[in-house]
Amino acid sequence: MTGTTISEPHVKKQELELSSGLKNGGKGKYGKYGGQYAPEILMPALEELEEGYEQYKNDPAFLRELDSYLKDFAGRETPLYYARNLSKKYGTKVYLKREDLVHGGAHKLNNALGQALLAKYMGKSRLIAETGAGQHGTATAMVGANLGFETIVYMGAKDVKRQQMNAYRMELMGTEVRPVHSGSATLKDAINEAMRDWVTNVGNTHYLIGSVVGPHPYPMIVRDFQSVIGREVKEQVLEKEGRLPDSIIACAGGGSNAMGIFHPFVGDRDVRLIAVEAGGKALKCTEKAALHSACLCAGEEGVLHGARTKVLQDKNGQILESESISAGLDYSGVGPELAYLAETGRVTARYATDDEALEAFHELSRLEGIIPALESSHALAYLKKAAEAGELGEITIVNLSGRGDKDLDTVFQHMKGDLK
Amino acid sequence: MSRQNLSGKFGELRAKAEGALIGYLMAGDPSPKTTPELVQALARGGADVIELGLPFSDPVADGPTIQAAGQRALAAGLDIEGYFELAEALDTEVPLVCMTYYNPVFRYGPERFVERAAKAGISGLIVPDLPVEEAAELHEHCKKHGLDLIFLVAPTTPDARVRKILEKGSGFVYLVARLGVTGARADVSNSTTELLSRVETDLPKAVGFGISTGEQAAEVRKAGADAVIVGSAFVKIIEEGTGEGKDVTERDVSERLEALARELKSGMLGTN
Repeated sequence: MTGTTISEPHVKKQELELSSGLKNGGKGKYGKYGGQYAPEILMPALEELEEGYEQYKNDPAFLRELDSYLKDFAGRETPLYYARNLSKKYGTKVYLKREDLVHGGAHKLNNALGQALLAKYMGKSRLIAETGAGQHGTATAMVGANLGFETIVYMGAKDVKRQQMNAYRMELMGTEVRPVHSGSATLKDAINEAMRDWVTNVGNTHYLIGSVVGPHPYPMIVRDFQSVIGREVKEQVLEKEGRLPDSIIACAGGGSNAMGIFHPFVGDRDVRLIAVEAGGKALKCTEKAALHSACLCAGEEGVLHGARTKVLQDKNGQILESESISAGLDYSGVGPELAYLAETGRVTARYATDDEALEAFHELSRLEGIIPALESSHALAYLKKAAEAGELGEITIVNLSGRGDKDLDTVFQHMKGDLK
Repeated sequence: MSRQNLSGKFGELRAKAEGALIGYLMAGDPSPKTTPELVQALARGGADVIELGLPFSDPVADGPTIQAAGQRALAAGLDIEGYFELAEALDTEVPLVCMTYYNPVFRYGPERFVERAAKAGISGLIVPDLPVEEAAELHEHCKKHGLDLIFLVAPTTPDARVRKILEKGSGFVYLVARLGVTGARADVSNSTTELLSRVETDLPKAVGFGISTGEQAAEVRKAGADAVIVGSAFVKIIEEGTGEGKDVTERDVSERLEALARELKSGMLGTN
């Protein structure tokens, strides 16, 4: 696949259609969502980033270089695999988009490569990033090493403890991992700390955000760099089936793999787009924390980390900690564009609980010989529910956003617990 | 006791050729019942304006000192209504400014928040994650209910943006002394002096981020500031006097706050 443009023409047209009906359209707004709720110190940097992106996204040299990294470093294009056994079991054609085969084991590298290359073209010498379990941190460490950046990854102290090997992996590639002890010492605090680093070192530093979240232009940039997933799918499914799929299912935490596969299909009204969130233990909250991470299904409008979106919060607007067996979905916010698409009904938001995701994790491993990431297992869990209810149509594509090797310990501990 | 508003206060100080001390405290830190006395201590020491923080769980523009204060206040059970009740009951003439982040305002309802703040005798709002582009709605409500909406200007803010910010802001303009987050630092940076001369306005110029001593205050005053904003240095005193195993009484904390306020204010008494 030659991805010589980041946004295809028909996608741009669709965006225009979507935004024409908006009342409070402004910079980086998706309906009422999005925007730039950022400290004044960062506003010029966000503008510089937007200008840099607008300059290079159609620059032939930049696109050539990005394409060659995506092909030879990341291993694209990834297969669209017909899951024969899964299809047989559910009586519908199921294809898996194999992002688990991208270098590093997840779709995260698509965005990390795009942003790091952009930072290089913009003359930055230092990369910072946040990471939850370490997937985005690892992708940042890989591009940081390869493209010669000084790289610092902020990771909640609790997560560093839980994911020691991931922290070590980043260090092997020359990245400095800084544990964050403030707040709840998890992903949202790592984002806070990365933003603080950025306001201090904004001159030479690019903040490489890992999902379609944050202030404009991040949700747009990350979506565009991840859209390579959906563009490939479109070509591949047309080649294999001669038509577009009936349904596309992707898991959603911040929402980068979902926006990446959905975006090129937003204008194809007959393709059902389903975002599956982490239902955790239950769709309930205690006073201090949510037992889930399902912002689209159960969150409320708010402003977090630079964007207006759906967030998990209490009645005083304090952000609640989220929960999920899958660290990559464990976040108290969601990308603003996804919030908008869900509200307008273009995207259907659903959730799967920890237990359902685990069941799907085992099922795919046994049926297809593919061990999925716990994140992607949420999409697979919903596939099972929806197929049984006959909601999917004849052709369904599931975004297999990552591989499960990183989750073996979590699953092992969980199964051991179940046996007790 | 009736409270002055910001323009009244700054007008009075200007007439006396006196620089202002704006002292920051996190409401409810370490507990809601201690806040009134701590505010009084700053006022006794000479604080001309009190910036009273309303805690938020994810304060991206603040350093570790103020974030920890917010967590103590939240743990002590301070909610938005409790904050307003506390502000309303404060027995002081010193103007109050509320500093918080946008999500609590948004969740409470921007208009309702401004209305309630006005009723509680609050003169102005500072919302550091609400840049001028996103502030139209809050600005309108503030205008309607007679509150000042105070914006920040950073060393990175280009001149065109400075003009845009000055058009919308009132009360005073908050100049960020250096890149980074709030928190005490040893020196006053050159960027402060540069920023003070770059920002041309009739509004009082208040410099914050990193100021903790009378000497620094005097330096900032000499460079042309109408006010200094000091937060983390005060909050540190409270932090050091709070918590288990601390052998410090509330009276000690008050006295130290008052002494630091006096030192800072004396730095502001020289004319610029």
